[in-house]
Amino acid sequence: MAAPAPILRMSGIGKQFPGVKALDGVDFRLLPGEVHALMGENGAGKSTLIKVLTGVYDIDAGEIELEGRRVAFSSPLAAQQAGISTVYQEVNLCANLSVAENIFIGREPRRFGRIQWQTMRRRATEILSRLDLDLDVSAPLTSYSLAIQQMVAIARAVDIDAKVLILDEPTSSLDADEVAQLFRVMRRLKEQGIAILFVSHFLDQIYEISDRMTILRNGTLVGEYLTSELSQVDLVGKMIGRELADLEKLEARPPAREAAPLVEADHLGRSGAIEPFTLTIHEGEVVGLAGLLGSGRTEVARLLFGADHAGTGSLKIGGEQVNLRTPRSAVSRKLAFCSENRRAEGLIPDLTVRENIILALQAARGWSRPIPRRKQDELVDKYIAALNIRPANPDQLIRNLSGGNQQKVLLARWLILEPRLLILDEPTRGIDVGAKAEIQRLVAELSDGGMAVLFISAELEEVLRLSHKVGVLRDRRLVAELDNDEGLTTDTLTETIASGARS
Amino acid sequence: MSRILKHRLFWPVVVLVALLLLNLVFTDGFFRIEMKEGHLYGSLIDIFRFGAPLILVATGMTLVIATSGIDLSVGSVVAIAGALACMRISDLSDQNSVAGVLSAVGIALVLSVVLGLWNGFLVAGIGIQPIIATLILMVAGRGLAQLITDGQITTVQSSSYKLIGGGYWLTLPFGIIIVAVVLALTAFLTRRLALGLLIESVGGNAEASRLAGISARGVLIMVYAFCGLCAGIAGLMISSNVSSADGNNAGLWIELDAILAVVIGGTPLSGGRFSLSGTVLGALIIQTLTTTIYSIGVPPETTLLFKALVVTIVCLIQSPAFRAKVFHRRRRPVPASTAPEEKVRVSA
Repeated sequence: MAAPAPILRMSGIGKQFPGVKALDGVDFRLLPGEVHALMGENGAGKSTLIKVLTGVYDIDAGEIELEGRRVAFSSPLAAQQAGISTVYQEVNLCANLSVAENIFIGREPRRFGRIQWQTMRRRATEILSRLDLDLDVSAPLTSYSLAIQQMVAIARAVDIDAKVLILDEPTSSLDADEVAQLFRVMRRLKEQGIAILFVSHFLDQIYEISDRMTILRNGTLVGEYLTSELSQVDLVGKMIGRELADLEKLEARPPAREAAPLVEADHLGRSGAIEPFTLTIHEGEVVGLAGLLGSGRTEVARLLFGADHAGTGSLKIGGEQVNLRTPRSAVSRKLAFCSENRRAEGLIPDLTVRENIILALQAARGWSRPIPRRKQDELVDKYIAALNIRPANPDQLIRNLSGGNQQKVLLARWLILEPRLLILDEPTRGIDVGAKAEIQRLVAELSDGGMAVLFISAELEEVLRLSHKVGVLRDRRLVAELDNDEGLTTDTLTETIASGARS
Repeated sequence: MSRILKHRLFWPVVVLVALLLLNLVFTDGFFRIEMKEGHLYGSLIDIFRFGAPLILVATGMTLVIATSGIDLSVGSVVAIAGALACMRISDLSDQNSVAGVLSAVGIALVLSVVLGLWNGFLVAGIGIQPIIATLILMVAGRGLAQLITDGQITTVQSSSYKLIGGGYWLTLPFGIIIVAVVLALTAFLTRRLALGLLIESVGGNAEASRLAGISARGVLIMVYAFCGLCAGIAGLMISSNVSSADGNNAGLWIELDAILAVVIGGTPLSGGRFSLSGTVLGALIIQTLTTTIYSIGVPPETTLLFKALVVTIVCLIQSPAFRAKVFHRRRRPVPASTAPEEKVRVSA
């Protein structure tokens, strides 16, 4: 494809949120008649870039050019009027209105103030037929599938004279046939010269539809590539990146002793969340879970902890068949789960550090058997010292602590229970390097002491450093289970994540 | 001094003291407490005595609000408990028999707990929003009370029953003793035992609490049942005081006073933290205010307006944001020429 002049050019874009640099010097361009994928892990800045482009946020630095003219949109409406339309993951149409009404809402063809229904239906049919869609335009939108609704949204967006169409994860709730249909529509639009910005977590789809991709990581630009020239392995590597190991190296992990199996999941699954998987965790073993975001890592953890109900399969803990109906029953069997979502699923913000630490132990004892104050102080002081929690004040409200210290408080909450299996979901995300090293060292010590750990992290090096065994997830399926021997490197892991099998 | 100023109950205490001082100015011997026929008498005692049902209802409400819920049905439960007890007593051959009265009281309280469990089931079991779930019983409960009393005002002539709301024991009004016992029990359950921690945890973050192994559902149901029990006791007190049950008017709007008492006492409606002593202070402020309205001679047709004004002021004084604004303005010298409207804009 000869490179025509870009229709959209963003250069040196910077966006600062309190305490976070969401975007830093990002360049982005969009050529007419191409499908351009915007790639990156969550938090890489994809959605911030889209929101900056469509006028949801102001930019702090850099400039945006549309067709060679410098623009700054004050609102999504202004962006739409300039020819940039966005279709979000959640269809934002009026499901109770007819297809035609949805396409023309707010700009119905009128004569003498009366809506010309006839004209409206005819033109709606025309617009849809241009996208190879043959629908009854007077039927209510709800009578069609989500995919069709999405395409009606696209039809509407395109009809407002769009030059740039942004599709933010349009495929996440579609099945394979519906995706194929959506891609047909996208190709048709491409032929018409519309530039499409496409965001999706599904790598196969990216390779099927996109011509070019821009990769972001931690708010900075990694690069722009032709899809045909970048392999999936390289793509995943560039998305995840390599953090330089400025941590002292943990000594080589001793091989897990031949220990009794602690947790045996047999074809455990939950429809819509995770395909049935089989996984055994032995005592004293650290099992890592690797995979991209949304690949089902957290879902595995939640099923093992009883936070969600399993739909299929069975679970044995210590050789005994169990049915975990609530986290409470998991805790009583000495399982512990530190959620990746600290704020929503971990912290009780209005309680003190001490209360947050003793919470799980108190819950296990029940309300009628309070932990004596002296015992509380003893336990809390011990773990504040052991985990180096700062400030070392048990009566501080936890919401006043930094993220890393909050994480350590949550760890302490579970450690005082002396669990047999500790599930850590992204325990080191968003915390500083020092705290990260402390938590890693702690995991190693715990497993040496006989505790089993399920360790979930997006950072492959961290997973490799700690685990005896690594489970690889892809598209909500446990695709491989690899022993962590000399042969296993981040490259082979990356490859497995990208291709779905060890090559 | 600054530590006293920062104490969360500082402002409620200030308001209560101010109201009492106001009474002292308008009423002679307001603080006098006399011994008559072996009973304590005086305006202060009356505030406690008439405020007892409100304190009880507000105590239950405090725990419900701490779980970030609300219970609108307490007024109806007050009416139902009174109605049921009076109906049972009026059916007795000897209305003064202690055993008969005790069984009537017991049945009424059991029903109150059952009604509380029903609320808890709707909120925690089915997942209806608390304000809607308890609205059902708030409306239906009045009907239930009417049904029990056949739409009549049932009067009883029972000296044993009269003791609960109008009697004395150890020189004190019996109602005050009941309140003291319930408060002590609640404080024990929540602060000595671990119930308070679990309630605050569920109110602060229900999902995190569930994942920490707390049976959030169980805690919620227990709290609503307790609130029902408190309302039931208050209902017995109110009906016993007047020796009759009025399904229509007993406990009317007491839920609003109770919520107000909780909020004045510093428990946030968003839940997560609660203060029992604050709630008691809040209830006393409301009761003192009612007394004050009579003693300083506010015209009856404007009492509600007057009450509303005072409550608004109390809430404003309590709000840290409002205080910050006012003190901020005071500290900064304002040019004399500036018009008052502009001053507001400057500080905003």
